[in-house]
Amino acid sequence: MASLLEPGVALRPDPMVPRLVTLERTRAETADTFTMELVAPDGVTEFPFLPGQFNMVGALGVGEVPISVSGDPQTPRTIVHTTREVGAVTNALKQLRPGAALTLRGPYGTAWPVEACSGHDVVLIAGGIGLAPLRPVIYEVMRQRARFGRFLVLYGTRSPEDILFAKELSRWRSQFDMELLVTVDRGTEHWRGNVGVVTKLVARAPFEPRETVAMVCGPEVMMRFAVAELRARGVAEPNIHVSLERNMKCGVGLCGHCQLRGEFICRSGPVYSYDRVAPLFEVREL
Amino acid sequence: MVISDSRPERSAVLDARDLGSLLEALQLRGYGPVGPTIVGDAVVLRPIAGVDELPSGVGDAQEPGSYRLAPRDDGRFFGHNLGPSSAKRFLFPPVRSLWTAIRIGPQVRIEANDDPPPKIALIGLRACDLAAIAIQDRVFGREPYVDPHYQAARENALLIAVNCSQAAATCFCASMGTGPRVGGGFDLCLTELLDAGGHRFLVEAGSEKGDQVLADLPTTVATERDRRAARAESDRAQAQIQRRLDTDGLKDVLYRNAEHPYWNTVGERCLACGNCTLVCPTCFCATVEDASDLTGDRTERTRIWDSCFNLEFSYIHGGSVRTSTAARYRQWITHKLGAWIEQFGTSGCVGCGRCIAWCPVGIDITEEAGRLRSEDRAPQPVGR
Amino acid sequence: MHLEDLSRLLSEHPFVHGLEARHVAFLLGCASNVVFQKGDFLFREGGPADKLYLVRYGSVGLQVHFPAKGTHTFNTVGDGEVVGWSWLVEPYVARFDSVALSTVRALALDAKCLRRKCDEDHELGYQMFARIAQVMERRLHAARLQLLDVYG
Repeated sequence: MASLLEPGVALRPDPMVPRLVTLERTRAETADTFTMELVAPDGVTEFPFLPGQFNMVGALGVGEVPISVSGDPQTPRTIVHTTREVGAVTNALKQLRPGAALTLRGPYGTAWPVEACSGHDVVLIAGGIGLAPLRPVIYEVMRQRARFGRFLVLYGTRSPEDILFAKELSRWRSQFDMELLVTVDRGTEHWRGNVGVVTKLVARAPFEPRETVAMVCGPEVMMRFAVAELRARGVAEPNIHVSLERNMKCGVGLCGHCQLRGEFICRSGPVYSYDRVAPLFEVREL
Repeated sequence: MVISDSRPERSAVLDARDLGSLLEALQLRGYGPVGPTIVGDAVVLRPIAGVDELPSGVGDAQEPGSYRLAPRDDGRFFGHNLGPSSAKRFLFPPVRSLWTAIRIGPQVRIEANDDPPPKIALIGLRACDLAAIAIQDRVFGREPYVDPHYQAARENALLIAVNCSQAAATCFCASMGTGPRVGGGFDLCLTELLDAGGHRFLVEAGSEKGDQVLADLPTTVATERDRRAARAESDRAQAQIQRRLDTDGLKDVLYRNAEHPYWNTVGERCLACGNCTLVCPTCFCATVEDASDLTGDRTERTRIWDSCFNLEFSYIHGGSVRTSTAARYRQWITHKLGAWIEQFGTSGCVGCGRCIAWCPVGIDITEEAGRLRSEDRAPQPVGR
Repeated sequence: MHLEDLSRLLSEHPFVHGLEARHVAFLLGCASNVVFQKGDFLFREGGPADKLYLVRYGSVGLQVHFPAKGTHTFNTVGDGEVVGWSWLVEPYVARFDSVALSTVRALALDAKCLRRKCDEDHELGYQMFARIAQVMERRLHAARLQLLDVYG
């Protein structure tokens, strides 16, 4: 007689099964942030992605976390992730030595609307680590600079020591037509730049509101206030894009953790036009 | 064996004394029977070896926060209502290994768990259970990222439904349009008949596989009288359903009252234990856990049922998004009765009432939704 | 500088946008054109708040000095913004240091002159209070956001 364990049909490939990648190098960015460069074990396989998409990056035996890709979409052999050391997984990732094996699944999620910016002013507003998911946009805009109108990066951090990609930013500012406005919450003795929150920069930033596509990335409270400033300037809600963050365990719309009302952030986000998610910003603990 | 080609609508009658032949036919075809049986003080779904394990002569009484077995004197095999377990436990198991990473020297290898789930026959599923399976089919089958474990389990499972002959006080399937009479989505459907015609089952086949099993059984021709008797069973169940949920525009009621103070009242009663999500046949949230052996050379990722009532469920660095119990209850019910429609084109509730019976403090989803509707302070849509 | 030039500079500054011409003319009577070099103080903590500065170009840091910890800039004010509202409320004393972080070109409105004119013409007084209140509201909002540490 057949048993309970009689085999049935075979399984399709499981999106929860990661591939292995190799850590090429880790670079400390600030006191609590670091950038990892990952390659396929064969060194050849490419990992194409769109700006704004994320990967589930894992440390074996510890777990997986969603991290936006911070690298250049035109160099897909190297996967670049910049993250903060805030939990067990990112702490473990930080400890890994070059050559170590990591797990990777992705890329997942929606992208920043770089194509739709053609012919428009482009305004990026980043807070803290929020600059990392926007860096691929900067690479793309720089590569095709002539296609866009004015290009502004408004960036706020806690202190001058917390500025990400500082050298790269100043190089871009000097080499390309990019307006970079940086502000910090707490100036130090030697800081000669702006002090105050990043939202303050919006009011007088030189862009044409009706011709602008804005992309905002940072903690939710900072995005809410940045969007309010953009709207006060007259930027239409469908032209404002935000990247949302929620707990994610699968990245593919199966585990349920990242739900925000009807949205699975991992599938229909993380990048949304503001008009779509505006009602969700208004409710606490949603 | 009396009937073959002459069977109208592929149905036949099986004498209750021959119910064992169904289990034998399933086993011969490689399906391990899983059916209702008594464990502790509840009827649950478990692998069974014979009909003697079915809860013959057992009924139950259910109320908000209460489930009690009660003997019945008619010897029905399926005279009970829904127990805490559903098909979910078998199609989407509470714990499932996803993959194992093995380190040998400098090399690491990842082995996916592609063990196919066993072939099983789920016996005794009610109309609401079938509706729940149809909902989970959508949840786990959204391309491009489908859950292959669920899909394989589903393909390997034979669904053998039973029409309800009675309803529990917690049932409200009629409101949800899912029962009590089984509509479709089964391989075989039994209706237990007990009248002057004897103790017997009207057996209907709903699929090719079901047809094949039916052909193996020592059945007799189903008469019009059998069919009338079967309809009477469903009518009795229908008449016993007292609970109601008004689903008309419910999503919008829930959405626009997201900040209604009533949530705090529910939040004060709710223990955030997550029982409702465990017994719910459609709740699908899961987390993952990694475990390594002592050498660190072997690490396994396991998928485990999770619940939106857990504080860690909504954790992002810095803290949880839904810290209050009120926000977590609101998330569960708003998702179940509202957001689900946006996501999957169907309510996430089938009206089985398990969450009502198994809530330790007797919170009743129909009452809470109804209360919110009655307190809906927003203007009603014009022209309704 | 000719009066016409000063008048043009004054009417170009966002702070006076929407003011009636006679009120702009009133303000003009209190105004002078000023330049600060990098490192110059506009106000000193505890010193008299005797001016309202309408910044045309440049960056002004609002600072506090901690003994043994150095100077901390907690806010910067730039093109088209204003520095100083202590002139409007008693005891007319500056709360913090204000220092030019770059060359700063500004219009300085004399506080005593302003206060006198606001006393004489309550319509102008209302306009000044409304504008300074808006500046204060924005500063307070920004300060709250800084306090909230929104980048965490």
